[in-house]
Amino acid sequence: MTGQIVTANRLTDGVVVFLTPAAGWSDAVAEAALFDTASAAEGLAKGQADVARHIVVGAYLVDAEPGPAGPVPVEFRERIRARGPTVGVRGAFDVPAAFDAPAEV
Amino acid sequence: MYRYDDFDRAFLEERVAQFRDQVARRLAGDLNEDEFKPLRLMNGLYLQLHAYMLRIAIPYGTLSSLQMRRLAEVAQRWDRGYGHFTTRQNIQLNWIRLEDAPDIIAALAEVDMHGIQTSGNCIRNVTADQYAGVAADEIEDPRIWAEILRQWSTNHPEFSFLPRKFKIAVTGAELDRAAIRVHDIGLRMCRAPDGSTGFEVVVGGGLGRTPLIGKTIRDFLPKDDLLGYLEAVMRVYNALGRRDNLYKARVKILVHDIGAERMAAMVDEEFQAIQAEGGVALDPVLVARIQDHFAPPAYAPAPEGPPEVLALERADPAFARWRATNTAAHREPGYVIVNLSLKPHGRPPGDATSGEMRAVADMADRWSLGEIRVAHEQNLVLPHVRQADLPDLWRAAAAIGFATPNIGHLTDIIACPGMDYCALATARSIPIAERLADRFKNLDRLHDIGPFRINISGCINACGHHHVGHVGLLGVDKNGEEFYQITLGGSAEEDTAIGRIVGPAVSSADVVDAIERLVETYVDIREAGETFLETCRRVGNAPFKESIYAAA
Amino acid sequence: MPLLRQGRAVADIWTHVEGEGELPTDDVAVTVDAARWSADRDRLIARSGPLGVRLANNDPVDLLAEDLGQLALIVLHFPKFSDGRAYSQARRLRRLGFAGELRATGNVLQDQLLLMTRVGFDGFVMAAPDAERRYEAALAAYDHFYQPRRIVAA
Repeated sequence: MTGQIVTANRLTDGVVVFLTPAAGWSDAVAEAALFDTASAAEGLAKGQADVARHIVVGAYLVDAEPGPAGPVPVEFRERIRARGPTVGVRGAFDVPAAFDAPAEV
Repeated sequence: MYRYDDFDRAFLEERVAQFRDQVARRLAGDLNEDEFKPLRLMNGLYLQLHAYMLRIAIPYGTLSSLQMRRLAEVAQRWDRGYGHFTTRQNIQLNWIRLEDAPDIIAALAEVDMHGIQTSGNCIRNVTADQYAGVAADEIEDPRIWAEILRQWSTNHPEFSFLPRKFKIAVTGAELDRAAIRVHDIGLRMCRAPDGSTGFEVVVGGGLGRTPLIGKTIRDFLPKDDLLGYLEAVMRVYNALGRRDNLYKARVKILVHDIGAERMAAMVDEEFQAIQAEGGVALDPVLVARIQDHFAPPAYAPAPEGPPEVLALERADPAFARWRATNTAAHREPGYVIVNLSLKPHGRPPGDATSGEMRAVADMADRWSLGEIRVAHEQNLVLPHVRQADLPDLWRAAAAIGFATPNIGHLTDIIACPGMDYCALATARSIPIAERLADRFKNLDRLHDIGPFRINISGCINACGHHHVGHVGLLGVDKNGEEFYQITLGGSAEEDTAIGRIVGPAVSSADVVDAIERLVETYVDIREAGETFLETCRRVGNAPFKESIYAAA
Repeated sequence: MPLLRQGRAVADIWTHVEGEGELPTDDVAVTVDAARWSADRDRLIARSGPLGVRLANNDPVDLLAEDLGQLALIVLHFPKFSDGRAYSQARRLRRLGFAGELRATGNVLQDQLLLMTRVGFDGFVMAAPDAERRYEAALAAYDHFYQPRRIVAA
């Protein structure tokens, strides 16, 4: 069942973060708290409280589904945001694992 | 090239201190994000899809080897060891920490660099022809005036909160290498009948949601009147540009709405008022100093067409092909302009690692009087190369993968960062560029196809200039899937044209095949010596449309 | 909200008359909006007290071109700090020869004060309680200007 997670960027370094069940922030989407329809607004309010406290920037809700290792965003854009670019520069940094995007045959 | 003097440095130090204070106020919670955002943007610091992104200006695309080394160092120390050269002669670092930003800005200031006005609703980094000062066909070096514009527009008290961003491009020759007709203001150096030089002034071009070609509002503007006249344009725009709708706030919409004649009349009226109060008079001492900075270097005599180069050309077709494709005529006999392709097949267009940047800096020191240029096509240029050095330079460029002989060809793709990096994007650009480059990697085929420009934008904002690609691809989102709308027949040069949409967007899976079928159609129907753009203009979109939508 | 003049918080002696509102006694300094000025110009000029006009940022400044000598204050408005139309209004009013107080109201923030000063503003209404300190910090931020002192002959 699709739920929602709360995401933002950490103020100090801009890293994409997700609200955890303990109301902290993690850069691992798998550690995000997955809210149902009833509790999503409450989750967002927690996120926005941390915006007001200058801990994170631009908190918002993202549709996500439970996966074996934790929540996974539904939209492709949000998956890129959670996991990093689908392309890399040779030798510059580790290229993330292959995406389930259409690949050339 | 221009070197900062004490004034420029003192200004930049003040800016660094101001930014450090602003970041401190933000981190302390004294500024909220709404208040801080325009301040960080005025220093080129964005918050992007993954992190803060720093856009560093390379004014009019001119860079010293020292500056290139510093970029490499900054990318390595504070980012992930690479940067992305953009279509606006900037470089972007994608993984910046806000806490580090003041130190980064300070490190850049040490080599006269900054991110000032690479964002925000102000006059942006002024761009110019990448062959400025060395092109054989040039009237005058446009960078003198680009530098004057840089100084005039820097921290301009009146024009820092315009309705929208404002982009100025200057080209020094008839042949437009700066895409001036798709800028808010385009300036083309030209000569009056009496032999004096000045500018044709073009206003109201731009791409984005509403692509429009700029209109000439002044055929010949004497150089001394440049600042006064541009101030008049800016003042008219600041007062009358729309502020109710983000997408209608550019000067192109104002010019389109009121017409070029009315715009010209209003600008002229304001210009007369400015002249009446004494004009925007330039300090002649300063102008002379700027001119001195851009005086041609003292070229050591060099032989034209040295025999060893001609011999290598006969012996090695790969060298011959590279020389034909990646070099351009220099105004100085015995010299040549060399393009380093930042489009090695299989790499994101415009990206360079810190190691590659250092290698380019070394090459510039050894073979190009320490000078490098950044082209709006996202390539690098070594502007002062002795022809006799071409073989060594070619080998050095090949060693870092920057010698792909594809300048101006199909795999010399212009692409924005797309959804891999950009918060605004609706689809990815880089993977499409990489797949196209892979499909057309055979150099014999690439060269048989001839001059061919593909531009890819990941959203309607058109940072990849797709409207002016011979083939343009615009990434769109269709129910969560990436699709690409194809336009044909665009051009960013003196024959500027906006490409026409062919038909329904093509899926990511199909788009490379569709382009290949289109290319095959062109090869089939072209007349002898006809480029793709010429064929496209001759026959229209119909045959290509058929091939694009033909069942695979 | 503090009003700054020469960097100091001062009391506002002006009565800002809204729309068609009642004018105070003749000796009181008043400002009116552009519509009221156009409608009541002669009557206003006949008063003995100082006169000021508040312009919206899309009012053409030429409206006041003939009357600048009659005015001691012109108030220009920033509905948002990012709406920069009033910078050009200020520039044009100073060019027309206006020598009185040019006051900025609305979303007037620290980081815009120096720009405002440089186009001719010399009065600022700020929401921040520590406006004096902010003004001082803002003006101390820069000593080097490309316009008009450097690139443009003064």
